Amino acid sequence: METNQKIPNIPESKIITIDKLTDYIKQKLENDSQLINIWVRGEISNYTLHSSGHSYFTLKDETSQISCIMFRDSVSSLKFDPEHGMKVLVLSSLNVYKPRGNYQLVVSEMYQDGLGELHQKFLQLKEKLEKEGLFSKEYKKPIPKFPRTIGIITSPTGAVVRDLIRNLTRRFPNINIKLVPTLVQGGGAAENIVKSIELLNKIKGVDIIILGRGGGSLEDLWCFNEEIVARAIFKSKIPIISAVGHETDFTISDFVADYRAPTPSTAAEIAVKDKNELLSNINHLRERLLQKTKRTIELKRQHLKSFMDRPIFKRPLDFINQHLQQIDELILRSDRAILQFLKLKRHDLEILTTKLDNLNPEAVLERGYSLTMCKGKVIKSTKDVKINDLIDIILRKGEIKSKVMEVKNGKRK
Amino acid sequence: MENENEPFEKNLKKIEETVGSLEGGDLPLKETLEKFEEGIKLSKLCTEELEKAQQKIEKITEKDGKVISEPF
Repeated sequence: METNQKIPNIPESKIITIDKLTDYIKQKLENDSQLINIWVRGEISNYTLHSSGHSYFTLKDETSQISCIMFRDSVSSLKFDPEHGMKVLVLSSLNVYKPRGNYQLVVSEMYQDGLGELHQKFLQLKEKLEKEGLFSKEYKKPIPKFPRTIGIITSPTGAVVRDLIRNLTRRFPNINIKLVPTLVQGGGAAENIVKSIELLNKIKGVDIIILGRGGGSLEDLWCFNEEIVARAIFKSKIPIISAVGHETDFTISDFVADYRAPTPSTAAEIAVKDKNELLSNINHLRERLLQKTKRTIELKRQHLKSFMDRPIFKRPLDFINQHLQQIDELILRSDRAILQFLKLKRHDLEILTTKLDNLNPEAVLERGYSLTMCKGKVIKSTKDVKINDLIDIILRKGEIKSKVMEVKNGKRK
Repeated sequence: MENENEPFEKNLKKIEETVGSLEGGDLPLKETLEKFEEGIKLSKLCTEELEKAQQKIEKITEKDGKVISEPF
């Protein structure tokens, strides 16, 4: 390997820095009037909306591509959300991004390309009416949940009217339908739709209006994008369901209407409830009512029964008998107590009687003792008598009359 | 136009509330029976209301300021 490369002898003044080079390129490109405010058509690729609000993407055609940047202010004024694959027309100027050495388009305005004149008109009217507030939620009238009469504004021939009537009557067989045959395509259609809306508003008892039309091209559906139709829908006192075209078709009528049905078929479902569903709902509620009431009664009955099963209700005499038994027992006990008391007292009496018996003079006489009396008094001492006093000696049996012969003093032991 | 469909909606809602209150709490028997009676009465009204109308499909046109309705 060669280690020593030959460096050409170049004066320093001939060498340019990258910084200076890039500055030069930048100045060349950015000051070229051919590259300022140019209209470019292309397809968006890799669209990225950065959190800063700026968006980065590539514009390409069949053979080439160019990096683009759109700053936040421009992005926020966009009327649509750009996405990958979208064809657009942009107003832009060339710019060189020095740190990367890239050139890119700075896009200030962007429009969806390939939209016809009608579409532009549609977008303009939509923006205008939206600003006026015709699409505001606060103006949307609620759709009655139980309508009796449905007004239909559509062509009296064709699939839509048949589809609507079939679906409405299938869901609710005894519904009233007031059809206003109306032109929904071509010249005069818009005026005709306006008249029909006003007509239904004149008739009494219409609960909901379905404004319907089958799918078609933007041109076919155009009358639903006319301002007079939008204003008539807005003015209607009766809530209007817009059912125009297929699910992907949006018309101004859809935005102004109180409700947008994706297709005429679904409009019927939105307008009326299924009668059988309502009936079964009522039946279900009634069943719940019945079940709950039955259960409540059963619960109360059981509660009552649990009381009635208690002995006091089952055998009320038991309680009385029990009390009677208690009374008997008390009587018995008090009898016993009284007898016991009497027995004790009798015993006491016996003791006292014995004691009394012992004190009875007769008893003393019985035991062989005698009682000596003088002049009616019991003689207890020699002092009670004198010699020759007459004394009575009372024995158990009989008396002895005696005379005191002698008195000897002295104490008996 | 609002009045015509109000009773049904109102009554249906009332039945729902009645059932709800019965299922929700332990109400006294008297109140339960009253609510039951009320609920049954309302459900009858609602059913009657659903059956009341006759199907009628008319075509409405206007001629010289006159509204003409004829069967469709």
